[in-house]
Amino acid sequence: MTKHTLVALVEDKPGVLNRVTSLIRRRGFNIESLAVGHSELPGLSRMTIVVDGATTAVEQVRKQLEKVIEVVKLTDITEGHIIARELALIKVHATSATRSEIIQIVDIFRANIVDVSTDSLVVEATGDEEKIDSLYSLLKKFGIKELARTGRIALPRGGGGVI
Amino acid sequence: MKLNGAQILCESLVKEGVEVIFGFPGGTLLPLYDVLAQYPQLRHILVRHEQGAAHAADGYARATGKVGVCLATSGPGACNLVTGIANAHLDSSPIVAITGQVARPFIGKDAFQEIDITGITVPITKHNYLVLRADDIATTVKEAFHIARSGRPGPVLLDIPRDVFIEEATFHYPEKVELRGYKPTVHGHVAQIKKAAKLINESNRPVILAGRGVIISGAYEELKELAEKAQIPVITTLLGISCFPEDHILSLGMLGMHGMACANLAVDATDLIIAIGMRFDDRATGRVSGFAPHAQVIHIDVDPAEIGKNVRVTVPIVGEVKNVLRVLNKQLDAQTHVDWMQQVEEWHREHPLVVSHESEKLLPQYVVSKICEVTKGDATIVTGVGQNQMWAAQHFCYQKPNSLISSGGLGTMGFELPAAIGAKVGRPEETVWAIAGDGGFQMTIQELGTAVQDKIAVKIAILNNGYLGMVRQWQALFYRRRYVATPLSGPDFVKVAEAYGLPGMRVTENSQVVPAIRKAMKHQGPFLIDFVIEPEENVYPMVAPGSTLAEILEDPRKKVEIKVKPRETSNL
Repeated sequence: MTKHTLVALVEDKPGVLNRVTSLIRRRGFNIESLAVGHSELPGLSRMTIVVDGATTAVEQVRKQLEKVIEVVKLTDITEGHIIARELALIKVHATSATRSEIIQIVDIFRANIVDVSTDSLVVEATGDEEKIDSLYSLLKKFGIKELARTGRIALPRGGGGVI
Repeated sequence: MKLNGAQILCESLVKEGVEVIFGFPGGTLLPLYDVLAQYPQLRHILVRHEQGAAHAADGYARATGKVGVCLATSGPGACNLVTGIANAHLDSSPIVAITGQVARPFIGKDAFQEIDITGITVPITKHNYLVLRADDIATTVKEAFHIARSGRPGPVLLDIPRDVFIEEATFHYPEKVELRGYKPTVHGHVAQIKKAAKLINESNRPVILAGRGVIISGAYEELKELAEKAQIPVITTLLGISCFPEDHILSLGMLGMHGMACANLAVDATDLIIAIGMRFDDRATGRVSGFAPHAQVIHIDVDPAEIGKNVRVTVPIVGEVKNVLRVLNKQLDAQTHVDWMQQVEEWHREHPLVVSHESEKLLPQYVVSKICEVTKGDATIVTGVGQNQMWAAQHFCYQKPNSLISSGGLGTMGFELPAAIGAKVGRPEETVWAIAGDGGFQMTIQELGTAVQDKIAVKIAILNNGYLGMVRQWQALFYRRRYVATPLSGPDFVKVAEAYGLPGMRVTENSQVVPAIRKAMKHQGPFLIDFVIEPEENVYPMVAPGSTLAEILEDPRKKVEIKVKPRETSNL
């Protein structure tokens, strides 16, 4: 498994994101994505960091991040059973000739159309990275105007959490 | 009772047992300096440049084991601390740096002398704070000192806006620190220690590589017990020097780029490295792919991120050195390692450190060995960076615990004088010698003024070769003697000393060395000696960059007088 999913619970204070990204940059770690938001615990935010194990010493990333004073807990949840999801918004070029084909593809992926205009559609898709990648590649031929992806967020399956 | 932020800061520093602050005032610090006079127990030493304040706090911290404190104003003052903070960070030295910041309404507006010093120092501090309320000062100071001194020590910066110094709040100093994300592991894992003991008991050719972690942890006795009980040679890193007496029969001295040949050969041949409070720096390991090819590695360190970072480790043990060694030592068998010790002794005999060879000029090695002789090793040596540092490391016999203070990780030229000032303030009864090069000394030469004004009796030995010597040596060895930008015309250091108000002497011949050192020691205040040495003397032995420790180059010249560091005679 080359992609590692690290979950960091960090104190919700100014500058924490800067500390984490500064460390990742300075140590030359390659990260694929980083997503931040509130956690279930007051005062703690949850960062989900995806690291490519083929190009980066994941163990070093983990240990160095744990040294950041405001990182309360860091867990590599790669090995366990996890639910991993990413949200993508894709603005596709769409004409009356192509619109129905696009909608068919979107349906197959259980994605949603969330905005329509005369020459475009905005597709909202949720899933793992592979699903988003394949949807993107199918929509590509219609012309992609804009793409926004959140990066992975993940939870372990079952009753246990990262703490 | 309500106090203002400046008073709360001073009260908090007093609570932390701070005795001295190395600082330089400025606009944002005016409210703080105004109340500092009310706290005579906080001695303020005015430096001449903020870099000097950070190095002095660092030197003080290393000499005392306490947290050193430095203070600088916003903007340029804070920026000038940066080198000193980075230096403390790389060498795990506990300092608290306090900087003034522009008043809160001006933050983010590029105000006069505003700089984002917390942003700048993120990668070079253990932690830092922008304190936005007077009410937060006491808790923040408590946390800062706790973080600086515990676990793997390091620098912590507090940035305090000018108006926070003026704001009033109730002073209450917290008893305890509550940091959810900071709990250093102090005790080693029992099962791991057991595994380590088994490896040591089964090893035929073990070596100990001891670093500054031993000194930080004060584990001198525990290290000695380990070495003596299992008869294991002790090799130190540069910053590990003086964690084990160098006149001990088991001492092999320093390893690495300019380490003792016998130490490097032993590391190359060993079957088990017991690495204690060290971090396998590239200057210590040589080419890492060829480092200790036959060895399994036990690595004991309080910082888990150091374990497995540079070399593959067989048994990792995270914990404070002293605690780990206490448990480990109980599980060790008494050993003799007769064959191995004989081999090590043979290397030691065959590869002594050359103290002297034929030369018309004064030699730096001779100067350092005479400082050792006159002080009888009872001194704190503070070095600059470069050749002077290596000669000071090689030719002084360190017998007293924690008697060498040097800039290892960052390699900061100019560290010597301000760090020696800090060390002398921390150890007023002790002789403190700064060993400098003529290049590095000029980087912080203005701190002579600090030593004179505050009557800090540091003794300064400049090994003056008229070159940026270490760079020149590399140009000589690897760039066909093309000496680009390394010859340097210095000032008349004796006159500079006199201009600052301290006595100075110039020494050009062997016969003058000992009398000059004695004169410096006899003098009550600071004293400077300008030793004019052989300009093109090189540091040997040397492991060239990209080479392994076994490929060590020794001094190619004819040896006249061979003198190894005094060492108990082997009874093998």
